[in-house]
Amino acid sequence: MAIVYQKTQGLTDAEFHYCPGCHHGIIHKLVAETLVELGLLDEAIGVCPVGCSVFAYNYFNCDMLEAAHGRAPAVATGIKRTHPTQAVFTYQGDGDLASIGAAEIVHAAMRGEKFTTIFVNNAIYGMTGGQMAPTTLIGQRATTCQNGRTVEQAGSPIRMAELLSTMDGCVYAERVCVTDIANLNKAKRAIKKAFQKQMAGEGFTFVEVLSTCPTNWGLTPPKANEWLKENMVPYYPLGVIKETNTEVK
Amino acid sequence: MKKEIIISGFGGQGVMSIGKNLVEAGMEEKFFVTWAPSYGPEMRGGTANCHVGISSDPIGAPMFTHPTELIAMNAPSIEKFGYKVRSGGSVFINSSVVKEQFLREDVSVYYVPCEDIAAELGNLKVANMVMLGAYIGATKALQVETVEKMIHEMFTGPKAKLIPLNLAALQRGLDAVQ
Amino acid sequence: MAKELWKGNEAIAEAAIRAGCDCFFGYPITPQSEVPEYMSVHLPKAGGVFVQSESEIAAINMVYGAGGSGKRAMTSSSSPGISLKQEGITYLAGAEVPAVIVNCMRGGPGLGTIQPGQGDYYQATRGGGNGDYRTVVLAPSNVQEAVDFVQEAFDIADEYRNPVMVVMDGLIGQMMEPIEWKEYKRRASTEKPWAAGGKFGRDHTNIINSLYIEPEACDIHNQHLTVKFNLMAEKEVRYETVNCEDAEIIITSYGTPARIALSAMEVLAAEGIKVGLFRPITLWPFPEKALHDLAGKDHVKHILDIELSSTGQMIDDVRLAVEGQKPISYLGRAGGMMPSVEEMVDAVYKALGKEVK
Repeated sequence: MAIVYQKTQGLTDAEFHYCPGCHHGIIHKLVAETLVELGLLDEAIGVCPVGCSVFAYNYFNCDMLEAAHGRAPAVATGIKRTHPTQAVFTYQGDGDLASIGAAEIVHAAMRGEKFTTIFVNNAIYGMTGGQMAPTTLIGQRATTCQNGRTVEQAGSPIRMAELLSTMDGCVYAERVCVTDIANLNKAKRAIKKAFQKQMAGEGFTFVEVLSTCPTNWGLTPPKANEWLKENMVPYYPLGVIKETNTEVK
Repeated sequence: MKKEIIISGFGGQGVMSIGKNLVEAGMEEKFFVTWAPSYGPEMRGGTANCHVGISSDPIGAPMFTHPTELIAMNAPSIEKFGYKVRSGGSVFINSSVVKEQFLREDVSVYYVPCEDIAAELGNLKVANMVMLGAYIGATKALQVETVEKMIHEMFTGPKAKLIPLNLAALQRGLDAVQ
Repeated sequence: MAKELWKGNEAIAEAAIRAGCDCFFGYPITPQSEVPEYMSVHLPKAGGVFVQSESEIAAINMVYGAGGSGKRAMTSSSSPGISLKQEGITYLAGAEVPAVIVNCMRGGPGLGTIQPGQGDYYQATRGGGNGDYRTVVLAPSNVQEAVDFVQEAFDIADEYRNPVMVVMDGLIGQMMEPIEWKEYKRRASTEKPWAAGGKFGRDHTNIINSLYIEPEACDIHNQHLTVKFNLMAEKEVRYETVNCEDAEIIITSYGTPARIALSAMEVLAAEGIKVGLFRPITLWPFPEKALHDLAGKDHVKHILDIELSSTGQMIDDVRLAVEGQKPISYLGRAGGMMPSVEEMVDAVYKALGKEVK
């Protein structure tokens, strides 16, 4: 009998702890598949954040380090600089990357650190119970902005892919989502390209994946998918934000 | 032998290097030595100082409240440290810059016109070498030959042409306290 | 070997390179900036990695990444910067990542002063970050010790898989002294089978982590760490005693003030006062038993603790060790001021209830 589908070797057998309808599981799978397809799994070193994906070290079938909140890009810098030929990646959420770790990600991009960051943006703090994130949309309710985020109180949401793309050291920034098969395939291509450019030594590579949080958004998984497309995509446009075609010597 | 020296002056007067030359020469003569600088904003203007210990025995405190000798390259240095020098000690005053007499009778006071002598030798940068010569000439703490040897080692390659100038400055300092 | 004249901060950087330091991550702050400056020039020449980080927090987390993936990693800073590093240090301890952290201490609190201080004793010995952990804390009192201790710190860190701190007041970083470059020999094998440096055929993943979310698991992890801390406390204690054999008063001090105490002791000896110095070299583990036993001797009448601290910090450990056997006095200066030889002499006379000669 022909095998039509097989779980990737890039993930361990540990069971995901994610909520039903959360996109983390899908995104993990895309990263893991990419590592296997590019033959990088055996050498790869990943860094996971503090947030919902804090346990990602149990899921990825490669060596992993758990970083302090927001510090994954600094940790990855320490790893990549001392293991320059190996694949290194960080996997971070929006509170981790765009709030408490804003300095670390900006400076890693500025230095053109040759690792890949997978940024999962679900516009909310999931792990701690639905508080406002720097990427929470205007009008979106969260437990620390219960009548909806206002510009007056909290400013406007931050677009990390655009911000990082202003750095010369950032050679690739793309925003994707995984709400449907077509987008999922685009996301996979983006992640793969990021790792390829990393391994070619081009510079810092960044993939922002818009993601759902049905639990904290208070929506069913299908409704959450719709909400993402209707509300997040207009503010966080999908597609390549920056791609530098560097001649690699 | 135990010398606890404070060397003080404006930044750029070679205060730190007089100290370094002293510890290097002291080390060459197998003494225990320490060199402790003032640091921070004073390095970038204002009066800087360093404390130099040269001793036959291991050195405890590397900074001195009451030095055995003071090398004062400017007037504020006299104000700051002049009355702290131990009775029976020595005060070396750069009289090219400090015009006042230092009125203390329980210490030996030497007036060395460092910049004037350096100008006569044609290079103001050797003012500190003049003072080093004066210090060694007056205290006999270190051998003149050790410093001469050090000067030979200090200036190599294209800088070797500065050796005669520095030797001359050293000698003029020695002469100034005879 | 011939002695060479070295400035403290440059000497410790060179010492680290000679001890096989693979990488250094740091941020400028007075009075330790010569360490990153020296490293930026010389570490890459030795095949190592230097990165000037965006912050102290980033630097210690770069250390975490490099150390966790198996490299000999180091950072240095001065007091306010070390405060920022505390987050990283507790993660290093929790995840059992070896690292060397140098604190070239200045006066505080807050921005304080750039002049020498010892106000970070609590922070260093109690674990300045969150949770239950300890780091071995080595306190040199001259440039030669600074060199030796930095080299050994890498070995202690590797042996216990724990961060090690070297704390020295700013003066030791700034001063020059002759030192001897001894041949550096590693304490033990430095293989790191636990490191997350890539699987390369290994049948399991290595994970560097301090998260144990189940209470039972976190308790077990803490018990494991405690066993390790107890082992360090047992094996790594170091101190020096000078003229303690028949001393009627013992000065307890470390770093630069302990050197100044030696000069004060010369003065006092000449005046017929029997004074000894008890100098902890490891601030943690504190040489508790040795000091306890010394304080218990009949000839010891008094203990005088001297620190570059206004309130006194090490004095708490001195009190715990002395256990009330003898009275304890304190002399401290802060803000970059040094207690002078004369002040120390006066403090000894006062402690002994004698008239100052």
